[in-house]
Amino acid sequence: MSETEIQPLIEVQNVYKSFGDLDVLKGVSMQVHSGSSDVILGRSGIGKSVLLKSIVGLLIPDSGNIEVMGHQVIGMKASALNKLRKSIGYVFQYAALYDSLTVRENLAFPLQRHSGVDEEEVNARVIEQLRLVGLESAIDKMPSELSGGMKKRIGLARAIITKPSIVFYDEPTAGLDPITAREISELILNLEEQFGITSITVTHDLECARTIANRIYILDAGVFLISGTFNELKESMEPTTRKFFKVVA
Amino acid sequence: MNSSKSPSDVPLKEEVITEKRTPAGETPPSRPPQDSYGQLAMSRIRSSMEQVYGITMFGLKFFRYVFVPPYEWSQVRKHFDELGAKSIPLLTIVGVIMGLILALQSRPTLDRFGAGGFLPAMIALTIVRELGPVITALIVAGRVSSGIGAEVGSMKVTEQIDALEVSGIDPYNYLVVTRVLACAIILPLLTAYLDFLAIFGGYIAEWISSSSSMQLYFTEVVQSLTFYDVIPGVGKTVAFGYIIGLIGAYQGYNTSRGTEGVGMAATSAVVLASLNIIFLDMVIIQLTILILGPGT
Repeated sequence: MSETEIQPLIEVQNVYKSFGDLDVLKGVSMQVHSGSSDVILGRSGIGKSVLLKSIVGLLIPDSGNIEVMGHQVIGMKASALNKLRKSIGYVFQYAALYDSLTVRENLAFPLQRHSGVDEEEVNARVIEQLRLVGLESAIDKMPSELSGGMKKRIGLARAIITKPSIVFYDEPTAGLDPITAREISELILNLEEQFGITSITVTHDLECARTIANRIYILDAGVFLISGTFNELKESMEPTTRKFFKVVA
Repeated sequence: MNSSKSPSDVPLKEEVITEKRTPAGETPPSRPPQDSYGQLAMSRIRSSMEQVYGITMFGLKFFRYVFVPPYEWSQVRKHFDELGAKSIPLLTIVGVIMGLILALQSRPTLDRFGAGGFLPAMIALTIVRELGPVITALIVAGRVSSGIGAEVGSMKVTEQIDALEVSGIDPYNYLVVTRVLACAIILPLLTAYLDFLAIFGGYIAEWISSSSSMQLYFTEVVQSLTFYDVIPGVGKTVAFGYIIGLIGAYQGYNTSRGTEGVGMAATSAVVLASLNIIFLDMVIIQLTILILGPGT
């Protein structure tokens, strides 16, 4: 590596992960640079979320190296990992909103815990985030009163309320109708452009990938088959990639 | 890497045909051979031992966390209300009725031996030493342990625990320590409350049957109780509270298999907590006798 080469913000090297006899990741490597929006594309149940959860330390890989913002995640002390996670936002597949808290409390929660901002500032930030995702009217609703798309938006707002440098999106459009899915994809794109967020998105939604990705990785059988821009992959002769693009098209 | 399998995953070997014949046309009942039973039993024993180890480690972690900041006092206060205050109506009814029944059932027997005058003392000692703590713990276990198991379990399957973790919040400290601590603090108070009500229930029975004076009844109650009756009786409920919170949280924290798993976590939390309370009570009684002597 030359000295002038920019260090990646996230670096995954040769990661293996199994559950019992099931080998999910079999030597996955990737680099994500600052400001980039990378997408991991693959069929359901192929291990995309496992990789994402391994990067944030929710799962511990069997072997390999994962570096986030220059910190080695595997084997990191819990306190140091928690500190690192303050710079990370994570949007869960089903939003994972705290169901005993209102939307306002859900959004205020990470701020109250970490940023040491006063109550007035917390309120202002909550309203600002809800305005960004177009859901100010839902501020005092409980998560059970929200639709799937609304939950995704609130989950997104909660993930970025602490102004993280990196955001991980786990199937942000899964289970949504095409119109709402497109709105969510565009919202992600807008927020990333607005705040200069670096992101990794796992999805099987090609339309979402086309909207937000700078670079796409195709995950299959525990390894990345190929990576490139949407147009490069679209023209690829690699059989699984071809099949994937053909089926979705 | 976890390569252990649940007992249900263990394949049974093919049935071996024995010399025992069945009538023509009938299929012999399918029974696994003896060695499969052995494997199944071993697998169940191993899985039980793993669970005991898991609960023990989970429980020991509590002592590592409880004295170290950050302290989640607001959560503990919230759980006092959820787990403690909301148990009061049920405990009130059970306490009064328990005292009433104990007095009504004991009175004829004591009278037969000419010991009717000892009824207040008998009720006080029975309630304070044994019935009060155990009944309170079992009631709270039924109400609270299943609630904790279901609540934490549902947070687990909907990734809310992951969401906490990824926000830089230690879910063990936030979810488990707060609930276990609240249970361990609130249970002695609830026990004292139930003890009082049960003794009062005994008085109601006495008043109905013999118009006994309240002053006399309670004087005899107070005179019959010593420090060695009250302290171990109420004190052991701290351990019961710890067990109730811990087992509920453990079952919830280790939930898998979606909503079915949440239901199983709630049910097994009550069963395990109740069994552990009875077992722990026996151990504490033995220890109390050993330390304070058989007269206590």
